[in-house]
Amino acid sequence: VIVDCDIHNAPLSEQALHAYLPAAWRSRRAVGGRLSPTFERQRETLGDRSYLGSEYPRATPRAARTDAWPPNGAPPAADLSFLREQLLDRYDIEYGVLTPMLGAGEQLDVESGAALASAINDWQIAEWLEPEPRLRASINVAYEDGALAAAEIHRLGHDARFVQILMLIRTAEPLGRRKYWPMYEAAVEHDLPLGVHYGGWGRGPITGTGFGSYYIEDQVGMATAFQDQLTSLVVEGVFERFPTLRVVLIEGGIAWLAALMWRLDRAWKLLRAEAPHLDRLPSEAIREHVWLTTQPMDEPTRAGDLGVLFEHLDMDDRIMFATDYPHWDFDSPERAIPKALGADRRRRILRDNAHALYRLDSGDG
Amino acid sequence: LTVAIRLFPRRGTMAEADATGISLVDCDAHAVVADITVLEPYLDDHWREVVATTQFAGPTDQAHPPNLATSLGDYAPVGDAAPGTTLAALRAHVLDPLDADIAILACDYAVDSVRNPDAAATLAAAANDWLVAEWLERDPRLRAAIVVPSGQPAMAAAEVSRVGTHPGFVAVHLPVRVAMPYGNRQWWPLFDAITGHDLVAHLHFGGAPGLPPTASGWPTSWLEEYADMASAFQSQLTSLVAEGTFDRYPGLRLALLEAGFAWLPAFLWRFDKSWRGLRREIPWTKRVPSAYVREHVRIGLQPVDGPPDPGQLLELIDQLGSDDLLMFATDYPHRHVPDGLAAIPSGLPVGLAERILSANARDLYQLP
Repeated sequence: VIVDCDIHNAPLSEQALHAYLPAAWRSRRAVGGRLSPTFERQRETLGDRSYLGSEYPRATPRAARTDAWPPNGAPPAADLSFLREQLLDRYDIEYGVLTPMLGAGEQLDVESGAALASAINDWQIAEWLEPEPRLRASINVAYEDGALAAAEIHRLGHDARFVQILMLIRTAEPLGRRKYWPMYEAAVEHDLPLGVHYGGWGRGPITGTGFGSYYIEDQVGMATAFQDQLTSLVVEGVFERFPTLRVVLIEGGIAWLAALMWRLDRAWKLLRAEAPHLDRLPSEAIREHVWLTTQPMDEPTRAGDLGVLFEHLDMDDRIMFATDYPHWDFDSPERAIPKALGADRRRRILRDNAHALYRLDSGDG
Repeated sequence: LTVAIRLFPRRGTMAEADATGISLVDCDAHAVVADITVLEPYLDDHWREVVATTQFAGPTDQAHPPNLATSLGDYAPVGDAAPGTTLAALRAHVLDPLDADIAILACDYAVDSVRNPDAAATLAAAANDWLVAEWLERDPRLRAAIVVPSGQPAMAAAEVSRVGTHPGFVAVHLPVRVAMPYGNRQWWPLFDAITGHDLVAHLHFGGAPGLPPTASGWPTSWLEEYADMASAFQSQLTSLVAEGTFDRYPGLRLALLEAGFAWLPAFLWRFDKSWRGLRREIPWTKRVPSAYVREHVRIGLQPVDGPPDPGQLLELIDQLGSDDLLMFATDYPHRHVPDGLAAIPSGLPVGLAERILSANARDLYQLP
């Protein structure tokens, strides 16, 4: 039995999503022209206002598996029946967590992004959660504005089918900053983990050393974005200020975390005067507050190194399986988690850890 | 080397008998420009006048802030000089107590923080002339890396060509943080010069490009910048391999200094896996990224950023997959360990310890 923590469902088209926009955003005339026409102007006149100057030709159309296009012509992961056939039924998936990545958080106009986030969430309820009880969803938010993000969390936090909040790892400021705290406060209030997923755009170069030239640099480099953001969360004392906050790092891989914990512990011992809110080893805070998903599963060349890594991480109850369906670097539940890790560890990764984090045994589904 | 062991009392490595006879190489000792007055003899009349009449005092950015615990170890005063700023201090603090055979100087004077390209180039040239006159020609144990205006690839190449024939220069100092990653083809003129003079490219902690050190902006504390520097090294290795620098320059030798190394195995696992899926995009690369790194890259030992458990640390070093990668370094006068001058992992096999303390650097820098 499998829980898949990263499924990228998509709408049939941009217009299909617009049907779920809050009324004020759907039609300028409906509100007498008093409200900002920003959304219409941006989506219909300007298009998407994000990722400016940061375009890489990618591996495949929509970064999808070439066999993930449904026979009916819909985009990958936009047709529920084909998603059932190719993923949920094919691999006997007990629960799947939806993580639609449709740009709500990266909009330069945060109010437009918040409206888009609401539409995405209502679309998930109507077209995914209602017809398919195996699915759970993530609350999309306009995460660059803490108050707007918190409002959306409060709007939907009572619906147990939403099991986490979703944002992307590259943000405009480091995640420890105060501007994000209202979102953390709302997450804690509703006991929802904060899922932070691969991707996003910090509105500048995508590394601390400028823009790379190729998609592989963007893709490999994402692991450094996770390292730097976790550093910020820990050093700024976010886990001390929000002691019940749970953070899930999605599609970042896992192997880099052991080295980061060692490095942070050593740095903290020398420089802790700079981190007055952090009163214990960074690795202790990380092991208490952080979960990770496996895809893209780290694949050391030497057979024994993966087992050594798991010993170094010492986070067997924090690592959760994900496929990243329908993307090209999909991890198969049948092959991605090596048997050499042991039956007990595999069961935790493939199912139990996600059950515990997302409280999937609690009913409602 | 018995003295060296005394300097690492809690981290002592080999038995003294095993260590005797190893001629130590320190591949990262800093020569610090205390302030611009030190360089005035090496500036021309125009720039001396600018300094005298405009309050321009040269770079003020520092890779290590002045008074943090990591910035300065506990060193006995040598005259009036701050540690790292004079040859006398370097001799008293590093060369003599370690009985070092050779030390390679890093001068991380932040000329890259100066936007005026002529000023940056002039200051880099002055720093190099100072390194020659006041360090290299006064102590035969010293070698150095060339300071270049790393915001300006063509001018950086010109400076390498100006001083690259001096036998004391064995490397070029490249701050790891720059506005444009070193694999970008706009850097080719600099790598033409580096490989043309058979020098080692030193990718070094720090850099002042004026852009944030992360993909998500400026961190609040220096502690974060210190930790985040490992990401900058990963980004640069990604760029250099993916954009084909090692294919274009098959003889290029690269050293990572003050980088740590604990992140390297995990980084290479990820990069190799992605390469298998995405190599079509970068067809000039013919081997997995880890093969390029193990052939072309060496790493200074400080900071030892691995696990505190000695057994796990040896497991990590084993995961590096090569005995040739690590080279002893003090990173003087910076401090990465609570006590002593530098850390050496305990329990290293003697053969590997010998490679780390001496042979790997001798091979890389083609030292006698």
